[in-house]
Amino acid sequence: MISGSDTSFKKLNTINRRMFIFSAAKVVVFTGIVARLFSLQINENKKYLTLSDKNRLREWKLPPERGEIKDFFGNTIAGNLKVYQLHVVPEQVEDFKYLMVRLKDILELSDKQFARIIKKKRSQKPWETLVVSENLSWDQFSKVNFYLHELVGAKPVLSVARSYPHNENFTHVLGYVAQASESDLANNEIIKKNHVPGLRVGKIGLEKAFENDLIGSNGIQRYEVNAYGKRINQIDFLEGKKGKNIRLTIDTEVQKLSNELLADKSGSISVMDIYTGDILAMHSSPSFNPNLFLYGISQKDWQDIRGNPLKPLINKTVAGLYSPGSTIKPIVALSALENDIISPKLTVRCTGKMEMYGQAYHCWKKKGHGYMNLRNALKQSCDTYFYEIARKLGVDRLNKTALKFGLGEKVFGETFIDEKKGLVPSTKWKKDNLGLGWVLGETLITGIGQGYIQTTPLQLCLMTAQLANGGYKIYPRIRVQENQDTAEVIKNKMKLMADKKIEDENTTISPIIKAQNFLNNQENEHEVLYRNPENVKFVLEAMWGSTNEVMGTSYGSRFDDKKYQFAGKTGTAQVKKITERQRELELKAKDMPYEDRDHALYVAFGPYKNPRYALSIIVEHGGSGSTTAAPMAKKLFKLIIDRHEEREKIIKNNSIIS
Amino acid sequence: MFQRRSISNQLTFFQKIRSFDFILLGCVLTIGIISCFSMYSTDGGEILYHSKSHTIRFLVFFFMMLVLSFFNIKFWHATGYLFYFIVLAFLIWASFYGITASGSQRWISLYFINLQPSELMKIAIIVCFARYYHRTNVSDVNSFKNLLLPITILIIPIVLVVSQPDLGTSILIALSGLVVLWLAGLNIKYFIYSSLFFVISLPFVISFLEPYQKLRILTFFNPDKDPLGAGYQIIQSKIAIGSGGLTGKGFLKGTQSYLDFLPEKHTDFIFTLFSEEHGFTGSIFLLILYAIMIFRILRIGSFTRSYFAKLYCFSFAAAIFIYITVNMSMVLGLLPIVGSPLPIMSYGGSSMLATMIGLSIVMSSKIYGKQQIS
Repeated sequence: MISGSDTSFKKLNTINRRMFIFSAAKVVVFTGIVARLFSLQINENKKYLTLSDKNRLREWKLPPERGEIKDFFGNTIAGNLKVYQLHVVPEQVEDFKYLMVRLKDILELSDKQFARIIKKKRSQKPWETLVVSENLSWDQFSKVNFYLHELVGAKPVLSVARSYPHNENFTHVLGYVAQASESDLANNEIIKKNHVPGLRVGKIGLEKAFENDLIGSNGIQRYEVNAYGKRINQIDFLEGKKGKNIRLTIDTEVQKLSNELLADKSGSISVMDIYTGDILAMHSSPSFNPNLFLYGISQKDWQDIRGNPLKPLINKTVAGLYSPGSTIKPIVALSALENDIISPKLTVRCTGKMEMYGQAYHCWKKKGHGYMNLRNALKQSCDTYFYEIARKLGVDRLNKTALKFGLGEKVFGETFIDEKKGLVPSTKWKKDNLGLGWVLGETLITGIGQGYIQTTPLQLCLMTAQLANGGYKIYPRIRVQENQDTAEVIKNKMKLMADKKIEDENTTISPIIKAQNFLNNQENEHEVLYRNPENVKFVLEAMWGSTNEVMGTSYGSRFDDKKYQFAGKTGTAQVKKITERQRELELKAKDMPYEDRDHALYVAFGPYKNPRYALSIIVEHGGSGSTTAAPMAKKLFKLIIDRHEEREKIIKNNSIIS
Repeated sequence: MFQRRSISNQLTFFQKIRSFDFILLGCVLTIGIISCFSMYSTDGGEILYHSKSHTIRFLVFFFMMLVLSFFNIKFWHATGYLFYFIVLAFLIWASFYGITASGSQRWISLYFINLQPSELMKIAIIVCFARYYHRTNVSDVNSFKNLLLPITILIIPIVLVVSQPDLGTSILIALSGLVVLWLAGLNIKYFIYSSLFFVISLPFVISFLEPYQKLRILTFFNPDKDPLGAGYQIIQSKIAIGSGGLTGKGFLKGTQSYLDFLPEKHTDFIFTLFSEEHGFTGSIFLLILYAIMIFRILRIGSFTRSYFAKLYCFSFAAAIFIYITVNMSMVLGLLPIVGSPLPIMSYGGSSMLATMIGLSIVMSSKIYGKQQIS
């Protein structure tokens, strides 16, 4: 080891040098680790805290409680019923198969129902509640409770479900609710936000229209979960908000009567306040029980509804299109008067038919009415007279008046997704849509409400109401909201509009200033629809004659008591062109096959002295307006007018808040 | 050989005790206690299997370390090769009769403990190399003969451990060995050549890896690609550490570990749990403890007289440092997930045993620091 000291010195030198190099590297690496810790824990702490919360917290949304729908008097017409349900959370069940087989036994589920539940389970996450039964009968409920100790994981719960206590009475107005579909979620952000599996949303009718108000908001249960999704403990619970209650303008009594009157018939009844536009009743017949849809309708019930030739699935009030028949005549008469085409004194001789260009146009009365003036022609609904004035008037002027009074336009806008516009023809319309020139003969039949013209029952009701209030525009409403104008307020507004019109006519100011005034005037909402108020009065008076004078078409349905007296116009709309041969045979309605029979129509307003309500009735293939539809109006007016006081009382006291 | 009798041979028992490095002992003890509490936390705040067995192991092995510290450094020098061969025999035994768990045959069953010889190899390779280079002249270090033998010594256990398969431990063994070679004065050009060779051969090496190992490496580069699969561990670990913040979520309140989002929280991810519960301050505290530990070991190394002890201490400090950095970088998402425990903190008897043996040799170097080994 002599040379040892030298080599060992070199060795030590090397090791010490390298140790220092390495130590420096260590410091650098440690600094790197500290920096990384700093960046994760200090700089990005917020981000990772959020991620950690996202990991550990999971929210369970509870279905929101749907708002109720009430009638004008505060009676519930769409409510929430307490139901017994059976829930299972699959992840909390040890032996899911065994449990399901036991439940199948106890609840006596059919194989089909069983398969459906299994399918539903597969489509859900294991921690989501599986609703085994949505509506346990009391029997089933008590049975499940009895065997509960064997059914680990099954939870009988009290829940709420939609119910329609008046069954088929409000079906088409309210629509119904059913499980939200993909498109419901895609088209409505609010549904998407509040959605939980099994949530029911409005599919049609007001349930759909007012969905955003009715739906409410979720309750939220927030749980801490572990990595496997198992709930460890509840962190917090936010109570949901029940949906808004909605109060409708509808009177259940009138609605029910409408349903009774149209029992076994196909048709529609609408009743409207002629000032406020409040809908008192809106019924489409035949109806069906919407409660059948709540828990999945049975195949048989569904086939019955779908297969019914009277088409209960269509809301005929807004989606049924009919030729108005003679019910259009008041508008034709008014249009002729307003345009100074004729004077009421114009006399036409009705011989039962009118010939033009070799084509015969028949009056409903084969023998003819003889000499007719305008008032008598309206009262007796003489077709020949109206052929004549229609010929003179022309379809385009008629079109303008009809549009003004609410035909050819959706009454409720977007409220009812199935509402139809109808059609009021014009020469331009025909050219644009059919590519053909207008033919004079078409004007004639349009004058008696046949041909291209198509209206919904609700449009006819609105038309009648706007005539009956003296010719002012109104805005139909079906929902009671705060600060809505009362009839009195609206009447005053209409009066102001009338006064202003007279004032404008008497002063000679430029049309530009007139237009400016019109735009500035906030009171212009109840627009004046007439040129001369006397013309409207004349038509209304003739309609009174039609119901209350001998020879009037609905004389048989009159009231002698002035309190109930109403005025109306019958209509009988041909469904099929009557052949000459049939005309000679004078076939009675009951001898014809059902689908060839005429539609019976009636529009009316009352009480006559101080009108307040208007209605329209359509009975499909019901024969004639005077024999089928007008008698219904009589019963309706009796009830409506009897209930008027009660309705006014509520408005005055503002006693029901929705 | 023994003309000059060493003074330390005459040291009394109390003198020996007095020459213990108490700061180092204090650090080890503190980390040990922290690890026991962390283990208690992984058991969900109860004294269950992991916390109980970890605490017992720590205490037993800590005491063992104290006892072993009284062994003369000459003993370790003398048994350096033997130590290596015993561990190597264990490794071979493991590859034939070893216990298989989670797809890897790493353990041999001694009747009181399931031993993982690859962990012991991390220390054995250092002792063996230290012994080898103790006698080698610095000028001979880079000779071909003196290169071939150490590389063979190093390659055999690495191949055995890789074939278990246990990539993490084999990398750590390799790094431990290389550190000794570096400190012994191996020419820097060899390191450059071999790392070049490594980079070139990397694609071939990868093709030999198990599919799960390949996946781990790929996942490291893009953990978000498959957040519920292979990237899960890295992502959850980062979430846990990041959400700890400055002061942590509090003892026993680490939601990530408590709710089972953290995988392997007893072993490789124990630092994650600790960091989530005690935050940045806690992590820095632990890092400082480790830093002091390393510093004390280096200090002992520089004061010791024999080259064997010096080389051993420096290498051991470097190895401990590597274990710590590899583990922390892994849980912090800086390195791919390879199984590598955090010394003392992680659950696992073999790792604890290896660390304590290693520390006892360090302590022996301190006590017998004035001793020359000829």
